[in-house]
Amino acid sequence: MIGLLSHTLVGQTVQAPATGCQVTPGKVTGLCQAFNSLHIPVEYRTILPLLVLSIGALVLLVISAVLPKRSRPGLYPLLTVIISGLAAGASVFQWIDVGNHAATKAIGNQIFYDRFSVLFMLLISVATLFGALLSDSYLQREGLDGVEAYVLMLLASTGAMLMAASAGTIMLFLGLEIMSIALYVMTAYHRRRAASGEGGLKYFILGSFSSAIFLYGAALAYGATGTTQFDEMSVFLARTTLPNDGILLGGMALLIVGLGFKVAAVPFHFWSPDVYEAAPTPFTGYMAAVAKAAGFAGLFRVLLEGFHSQEANWRPAIWLIAVLTLLVGSVLAIAQRDLKRMMAYSSISQAGYVLIGLQSASSQGTAGALFYLLTYTFIIAGTFAVIGLVQGEGEARNDLGAIRGLGRRRPGLALVMLLFLLAQAGVPFTSGFLAKFYVIAAAVNRGQYALAIIGMLAAAIAAFFYLRVGLLMYSSPEVDETKEPTDGAALAGLRPIPGFDTPREPALSQGPGAVAASSDGDGAVALLAPPEGRVEIPFTVGITLAVCAAFTIFAGVSSPVLDFAKHATTYF
Amino acid sequence: MTVPGAWYLVLAAILFGIGATGLLVRRNVLIMFMCVELMLNAVSLTFVTFARMLNDIGGQASVFFILVVAAAEVVVGLGIIVAIFRRRPEATADDLHMLKG
Repeated sequence: MIGLLSHTLVGQTVQAPATGCQVTPGKVTGLCQAFNSLHIPVEYRTILPLLVLSIGALVLLVISAVLPKRSRPGLYPLLTVIISGLAAGASVFQWIDVGNHAATKAIGNQIFYDRFSVLFMLLISVATLFGALLSDSYLQREGLDGVEAYVLMLLASTGAMLMAASAGTIMLFLGLEIMSIALYVMTAYHRRRAASGEGGLKYFILGSFSSAIFLYGAALAYGATGTTQFDEMSVFLARTTLPNDGILLGGMALLIVGLGFKVAAVPFHFWSPDVYEAAPTPFTGYMAAVAKAAGFAGLFRVLLEGFHSQEANWRPAIWLIAVLTLLVGSVLAIAQRDLKRMMAYSSISQAGYVLIGLQSASSQGTAGALFYLLTYTFIIAGTFAVIGLVQGEGEARNDLGAIRGLGRRRPGLALVMLLFLLAQAGVPFTSGFLAKFYVIAAAVNRGQYALAIIGMLAAAIAAFFYLRVGLLMYSSPEVDETKEPTDGAALAGLRPIPGFDTPREPALSQGPGAVAASSDGDGAVALLAPPEGRVEIPFTVGITLAVCAAFTIFAGVSSPVLDFAKHATTYF
Repeated sequence: MTVPGAWYLVLAAILFGIGATGLLVRRNVLIMFMCVELMLNAVSLTFVTFARMLNDIGGQASVFFILVVAAAEVVVGLGIIVAIFRRRPEATADDLHMLKG
């Protein structure tokens, strides 16, 4: 097995200079020069948002150690908002900086400094900002506020950014783990809710399983190509025909499986509904935006940069995964009676559209996928903000009944929720429509008509359950058994899932207005009555909702956001 | 007599397979956790073997990253396990049945 010699950052420092730089003449001379002076330049501006977030996390920890415990509620979220705002500002600076100079590799070739990674840094900064805003009121309501949640969030974002900027499988793995480990803890964060810990453990076991699979794929790809760097892999594969490419294909498949787990693509999605249901609601929204975006950034890096010349091999695999993801996500979402679980399947189905963009393997497809991820961040943050408000204290009410009659109780909130639901369904004049349109157009341009049709079909199936929630919000808040056939859930022809309606925490869910529905056993679908009392909208949540709603409409009717995404594909 | 490099790869693949199978069939959370570690170590062995075959230091350097990450994972994983099973008699995955649907 003949491979190119790879020059990794650590490899350089361990090897003697003379041997390290003479093995393959004419290759990576720039690095060798850098090494010969025993100095690897660290271009700090290329990882500025990463630095801001990770240093910010440390600063938060120090402040919390100095200040007396619980001295000022709202201080940590405020600082987190400032830190993620700074990171967003740093990303904007980078965007301009990359525009002025060319895209480069930095820090011992371990980091790609291009608009693709900068777009993800901006996206992740914004998602962190929303996450902090939404967490504030939630954590105070649940009596969980403390510095840890915000530190974990900042660290998870750091890892996600590293994934997007990684120039090799090892950096990608490092970013993946920094992000995942923080997310495991965030899932299990709600101490008094037993489901939270259980979901955290499930996420942890399956997440580390998928990390190991990803890593084995990286090892096999390294064995086949002799490098862990995407660009060197691509060069090697373009000019070499491997006599026996079993190791390469195996490595590629395992890399796809490992990252497929992280983006919850079917058939690697089993953890996702459990984790979405278990995690504290604002964290679920954060996770749905950040973990998914970072996972896709990794997939794009691996497949479109590392294995670009192997397109013929991976595109059919992604085709199959995309079709399964679209259909399974949409169909199973219909059967859900829990809002957060339903959004989990919905987000699985949405990932299918990003996979369509990836499968196209064109700059148009990439632009569509980036636009999709960008707009989805705002939509999902808004959706989970509303769910966080209606679920009530202790996450007592995550069922569909909790949202029933919201149109009368809080017309404004219901309207905004309706907008997010319509955007996810892909209704025109929302960002969701344009996002779906561009990825499907990219598929059509590559002659993938079957995939395009399945994408549209899945959108039609998904529209059903989005509209069902929309109808529920505007249906009567009273539980009226005679009206059951006309309510949204009954339209679905659902049978109650055994054990599903059993209140999880009886003390909490048997509020004055709650009606236990599962015990009658007559097969009728009865929704619990909506919780009594007014849904209060905290200021921070209100701001987030307004921004998300404005962006969803803005990106749906004008083109600057799409142009932004198109510029981010220039590296490919 | 030297052992051919391919044998190490086969050994690593077998270890990885044992780890993956163990994770899927065993019900004790701690043993599932050990299986993950076994898988990571199999990957490390693969990396080192390839590094040796390719005469390249990059693969060996990767192992350091894997070791550090595995250690961090142990810390967080055990923390979560202890937090959950403090109030339960046994540490088995069958007890985790609240989330379904």
